[in-house]
Amino acid sequence: MATYLLRRLLVSLLILLGVSFITFVLLYVLPADPVRQIAGRSATAATVENIRRELGLDQPFLIQYGRYLAGLVQGDLGRSYLQKTEVAELIASRLPATLLLMLAAIVAELVLGLTIGIIAALKRGTVLDQTLMMTGFITVSAPQFVVALLLLYVFAVKLGWFPIGGYGTFAHLVLPALTLGILGSGWYSRMMRSSMIEVLRADFIRTARAKGLGRARVVLGHALPNAILPIIAMIGIDIGIFMGGIVVVESVFGWPGIGQLAWQAIQRVDIPIIMGVTLVSALAIVLGNLLADLVAPLIDPRIKLK
Amino acid sequence: MTDATASERMAPPSALRRLLRRKLALLGLVLIVVVVAGAVLAPWIAPFAPNEQHFDGLTLEGAPLPPDGRFVFGTDLLGRDLFSRVLYGAQTSLIIGVVANGLALTIGTLVGITAGYFRGWIGAALMRFTDLMMAFPALLLAICLAAIFQPSLWIVAMVIALVNWVQAARVIYTETSSLATRDFIAAERTLGAGTGRILFRHILPHLVPTIIVWGTLGISTTVLLEATLSFLGVGVQPPTPSWGNIIFENQTWFQTAPWLVFIPGAAIILLALAFNLVGDALRDVLDPTERGRD
Repeated sequence: MATYLLRRLLVSLLILLGVSFITFVLLYVLPADPVRQIAGRSATAATVENIRRELGLDQPFLIQYGRYLAGLVQGDLGRSYLQKTEVAELIASRLPATLLLMLAAIVAELVLGLTIGIIAALKRGTVLDQTLMMTGFITVSAPQFVVALLLLYVFAVKLGWFPIGGYGTFAHLVLPALTLGILGSGWYSRMMRSSMIEVLRADFIRTARAKGLGRARVVLGHALPNAILPIIAMIGIDIGIFMGGIVVVESVFGWPGIGQLAWQAIQRVDIPIIMGVTLVSALAIVLGNLLADLVAPLIDPRIKLK
Repeated sequence: MTDATASERMAPPSALRRLLRRKLALLGLVLIVVVVAGAVLAPWIAPFAPNEQHFDGLTLEGAPLPPDGRFVFGTDLLGRDLFSRVLYGAQTSLIIGVVANGLALTIGTLVGITAGYFRGWIGAALMRFTDLMMAFPALLLAICLAAIFQPSLWIVAMVIALVNWVQAARVIYTETSSLATRDFIAAERTLGAGTGRILFRHILPHLVPTIIVWGTLGISTTVLLEATLSFLGVGVQPPTPSWGNIIFENQTWFQTAPWLVFIPGAAIILLALAFNLVGDALRDVLDPTERGRD
């Protein structure tokens, strides 16, 4: 176990190193010149050169990357070109909002997905089952921004139940979390349905029925705990999917998390911020996958770590 | 589940017939045919040119017109006919869907087959690289790439391909590496068949069902990614209509002229849904390992 964990952590570290290298290469060949952006249009050639030297952008590529890595090891993600703030500080200030949104989204998708899946499994083969599964198909085929705008239109513009965007109260959280939750629920409802159907066929369920237990007791007390476990293990993987989604959802709802930070940075070619957010997202994805792999054998002892 | 026999499983005509027997797959196919017909016939069925700004296409206050008899989907913020733009937008979605996904599938197949057949360091290096790509937040990467290059239709297709080949590569890798250890491949090798012959004449044909399934599901992912990039303004650039950039352009009107957002939005969902339905049914029909689950 200890060696497994050590090896996985080492591999994760190498993956992050690779991600940082590729992002750095991509941003280095960027034709949009950040120095021009900082200096403004009226800057003289000398000013532009000065800024370039000050930021170390006149150095050869490998030296720039080496410097970046040296900083990274000390937890230094560099300084924003435009805001003159430490990137690590910017990300740290935005991270709580993103984590809150992700947590709420996970709760939303589990509640929606598992409920729908259980109902579909119990009503297997009926019109209700087919309708629910079709809805699941539609949610995995919908782009985040369309769902976000639809929820905004119905619940904020027309009904006025929730604010159009922003941050601060529980009401602000509902629509962005629901957007991610609805989109994620499609996969969960399908998995929950087939997991539940499989468990309901198992011998111990027949035994429970034979003992004379009521239907509700059998479903909730015996089938559900067994059916739900393999699905809980998937949450780690979700983190990666959400990391992409938050860029869109946060910019539509004006949610001040790292997705919005990244999006603003991309528009202003603020490279250190883009690098920082990409790395933090990659870290979240790697940790999420690791978590999923570590949880799996706890849930199902037949799975061995190797 | 249908009770197909082993011989029936491999025969393409019966696979097609079994696909057509599924109601949802049929619905998906019909939707695809409708969108393809709309895209191909756009120059003939579109009532107006997609970029024509109508003098009477806006209200006196300068607001877009709601759907009526003349402009069936209404007009957009510049007084252009939304129906015509949505029809031409289908061309954009399909071109990107087919080109980007074809490219992604080609890269994925080549990487997967190479890594799966030549274990050793080539295979290991390729698969570690795929792992690395999996750790990239895909959308963020695509946005970065699209923002780096001046986005055009073909650049957007390329960006999507660069992001989307990874899943296919992993699946093809797993299948190839199990095929490579099978007896018939060892027999071919003993008979003196060259690597190229083994890969393309013996292994590739076995991968065709997987490639078809991933090719179909992948178009759906591609359509969604294009729409998202265009919605953010880093995808296909106006005035070329794409369902994503129609919504991007008209966002400011979304409270008072919701049709400008929800008609193209519905088009995106329907096309992605169609390919998902067909892909999912194809997986059941073609992939023996997925058999028996429902």
